[in-house]
Amino acid sequence: MKNLKLKELSLQVIPFSEIQNMGISERVKKILTLVLGNKIVIIHGRLRAEEEARLIEDTMALVDHIKNFKGIELAVIEPNVKDQGMLMKAKYEIAKRLVGDANALTIVGPASVIREIKRDPKKIELLLK
Amino acid sequence: MIRILKDFSKRILATIFRRKKEIKIGFYGPPNAGKTSLANRICKDWTGEEIGVVSKIPHETRHVQFKEKVEIKHKGKTLTFKIVDTPGIATKIDYEDFIEFGMKKGDSKKRAKEATQGIIESIQWLDDMEAIVVVLDSSENPFSQVNITIIGNIAARKMPVLIVANKIDLKKADVKKFESAFPEYEVVGISAKEGINMEEFYEALFRLSKKV
Repeated sequence: MKNLKLKELSLQVIPFSEIQNMGISERVKKILTLVLGNKIVIIHGRLRAEEEARLIEDTMALVDHIKNFKGIELAVIEPNVKDQGMLMKAKYEIAKRLVGDANALTIVGPASVIREIKRDPKKIELLLK
Repeated sequence: MIRILKDFSKRILATIFRRKKEIKIGFYGPPNAGKTSLANRICKDWTGEEIGVVSKIPHETRHVQFKEKVEIKHKGKTLTFKIVDTPGIATKIDYEDFIEFGMKKGDSKKRAKEATQGIIESIQWLDDMEAIVVVLDSSENPFSQVNITIIGNIAARKMPVLIVANKIDLKKADVKKFESAFPEYEVVGISAKEGINMEEFYEALFRLSKKV
């Protein structure tokens, strides 16, 4: 086994209930504040498409203004419902509309800590620097 | 007098009905997927002029660039497009990556700064588009979060989308992987650089335009 150089890794889990009632700016601000503190953020749930775009926009503005901040790595893992039956898919869609996509996990971390997040539909690999 | 009025109204009506609407098509995707190469090929084919410079170094396009009134003819039909080529969308920019391509530190930092602003510009232009061509590198993993974010944003805006799996001339290219990654969208495999499968692309572009 290779000798791992990892000294410290800080993870912060955000339950879906904590961000559920937040507006887009608040959510993005919360995530970026944690990422700027060199934390890897795991959100129980997934951001909406426009929130992901906003997260990228705000990240780029920060890269421009904060020295040594190089951006983020972002990945979402969701339960695979494509191969499930119609009833299961319908249940999932209803739950998604009612409480948001709480079955998904979103991982956001500073690009200076995470080299790459390898993602395919079934697994997620976090490669650190 | 009546004849003059009749001729005049005929001319007006003919002008109105002959005038083709210009469809605004945005070329979106991650850096170095070949957005400018494709936009260049289209513009060169139909206007004789290219739209921008291409490079092996990522983030060559750092500002939105466009060409208006690009008339494309396909199977006897003609459509007019505004081709909008956008900077590649990424979640991180490291100036040191550009140094690895042989750039000087100062130039790399400048490029990085412009690239961050280009990404913001790309996202902000999304709302102005009528249809989107997402250009992806068919030799790379289709499941990257940036690809998913771009396509998710287009879907949220209910805009018609065509996915282009570019660089099929490369050995590692796998168009089928892209078709199964995005089953709800039409995927066309092309090589913008080599001009492979462009007829299929134009056919798909015309189908896309019908949805506008």
